[in-house]
Amino acid sequence: MEPILTLRKVGFRYSASWAVRGVDLEVFPGEMLGILGPNGSGKTTLLKIMDGMLLPHEGDVLVGGKSIGSLKRGDIAKVVAMVAQENFFRFAFSVLEVVLMGRFPHLRRLQFERDKDLEIAVNALKATHTLELSERSIHELSGGEKQRVLIARALAQEPGVVLLDEPTSFLDLKYKKEIFDLIATLTREKRLGVVIVSHDIDLMSQYCHRLLMLKNGSVHQSGTPDEVIRTESIQEVYGCAVVVDYNPLTGKPRVSLKP
Amino acid sequence: MTVQGPMNNDLLHKPPLTPGRVFRLSLLMAFVLLLVGAASLLVGTADVSFQKFMALASGSLAADDPARLIILKIRLPRIILAGLAGFSLALGGVVFQALLRNPLADPFILGVSSGSAFGAIIGILLGFTFSVGIPLMSFAGALLTIYLVLALGTRRMGMESSTILLTGVILNAFFTAVIMFFISIVVDSRLHSMLFWLYGDLSQSRYTSLMILAPSLIVASVILFSFAKELNLITTGEEIALQLGVDVEKAKKTCLVLVSLVIGVVVSFSGLIGFVGLIVPHLARMAFGSDHRLLIPVASLGGAVFLITADTLARLLISPSELPVGVITAFMGAPFFLYLLRVRGSQWSRS
Repeated sequence: MEPILTLRKVGFRYSASWAVRGVDLEVFPGEMLGILGPNGSGKTTLLKIMDGMLLPHEGDVLVGGKSIGSLKRGDIAKVVAMVAQENFFRFAFSVLEVVLMGRFPHLRRLQFERDKDLEIAVNALKATHTLELSERSIHELSGGEKQRVLIARALAQEPGVVLLDEPTSFLDLKYKKEIFDLIATLTREKRLGVVIVSHDIDLMSQYCHRLLMLKNGSVHQSGTPDEVIRTESIQEVYGCAVVVDYNPLTGKPRVSLKP
Repeated sequence: MTVQGPMNNDLLHKPPLTPGRVFRLSLLMAFVLLLVGAASLLVGTADVSFQKFMALASGSLAADDPARLIILKIRLPRIILAGLAGFSLALGGVVFQALLRNPLADPFILGVSSGSAFGAIIGILLGFTFSVGIPLMSFAGALLTIYLVLALGTRRMGMESSTILLTGVILNAFFTAVIMFFISIVVDSRLHSMLFWLYGDLSQSRYTSLMILAPSLIVASVILFSFAKELNLITTGEEIALQLGVDVEKAKKTCLVLVSLVIGVVVSFSGLIGFVGLIVPHLARMAFGSDHRLLIPVASLGGAVFLITADTLARLLISPSELPVGVITAFMGAPFFLYLLRVRGSQWSRS
């Protein structure tokens, strides 16, 4: 199977010190990949490198076999979609209008959305269970609803990879599960490559096929949740005492803080 | 899993915005503009009867009838200038609001208008003419101001709304002071032509100036319209727009230069007219939504309707004397600005 996105020995520095360095990564269709790590370990920087917002100072990012630096923003947006952590809509757009914005990279200058684009947007709304919200203003939605609409907009781009930066950070337990369930279903059914950055180790352990744990910008551990989420590695990376045991229902590792 | 109501089924058939809808609503606004323009031709200090007006329109009015002079040489160029100025200012408001993601941005509040007037006055002092030199200086003044607003207002703070607005307000005060300084020190006949910049005056309209204004406005607004989808995405955040495939730098630079051109040229003929770019886009957004492919044409045409109406009031209210049109727009605009600040301030102050 061909990877959709490939990172080769990627390094990026904001000033003198490297924020991310020596990261190798391949993202495959149908795979949910989680990026873990403490604050400042380079998670968001890595995500921005993956969608070309930051160009690496070392190494390369390949999208469909081409170096991301040689692609136009519009071409990247056809392959890589990002669900950013902060989304603030200054002006009132309807949910359908927001999702149709995902069609931008597929339209020419002055071209309006065609019936085909509408169909793709409606399918994205259906897939995220937001079709009944389509005429509501984005300002009227709850946090969980808004997050689903933003995932719908990412789907409307018809990308190969969806990157999500802390998609559940402002949500309560029920919505967290809802969003992760949704992402897992989309990964499976639409054969998307999904990369999630989150602080929620237990959720990531439950849902992700593969995890990457960063420390100071480098990969400390990578592999299945069983391989990555271990007492020693968590203690070393996060610098606090923990106990790792296994969720009795799923058998996946979970982390508890030592009192 | 998803329940589909009849409303949702409709959605499956037609995109929310089609070229047909943009065309129909623009045509409707153009029709309103024509009606308002015609009505404005009929009223004024001098009495021109409806019969005379119809006779002129059908070509049967005597060549030496004073009504012909009043309508064709005095009222018509003034109304056209009001329309073009209102169109430009509302267009400027829409584009500034989108690029700065701030509904309170307007060419006047941001200081771009007074920067243009400053440029134009330098042009007059250098002995330039109204045919090319002065509008160009005015354009340069607009560009300089928007550069200063962005450079000073966004340093470290990101695009924090209140910082940008404050920077604009301060530049506005500064340029106004500079203009008054020049008016005070220059003692000759050129002085009179400077005064009107401070409060906006449409009575000096000539067909020759309209010949400069109209073509640059048409070209600029067509190009700006072609960036409407980009503007939609930029209002949701520059980084998000980039991620969705917008070449943000190119869109921003092109739009800022074109808006500066439009505002610069219009200010050099009309002077400082405030708040049109604030009120009209806001009303248009309430009526037609936030999509710039519709907002740009309807708000611009709406701006023309608004300023023709305001200027007609300026001619009528204290007839036979008249008010500067900037006084009328400020009377309406300042309370409107305060209202928006109070009602929407908390929602909009987040960056």
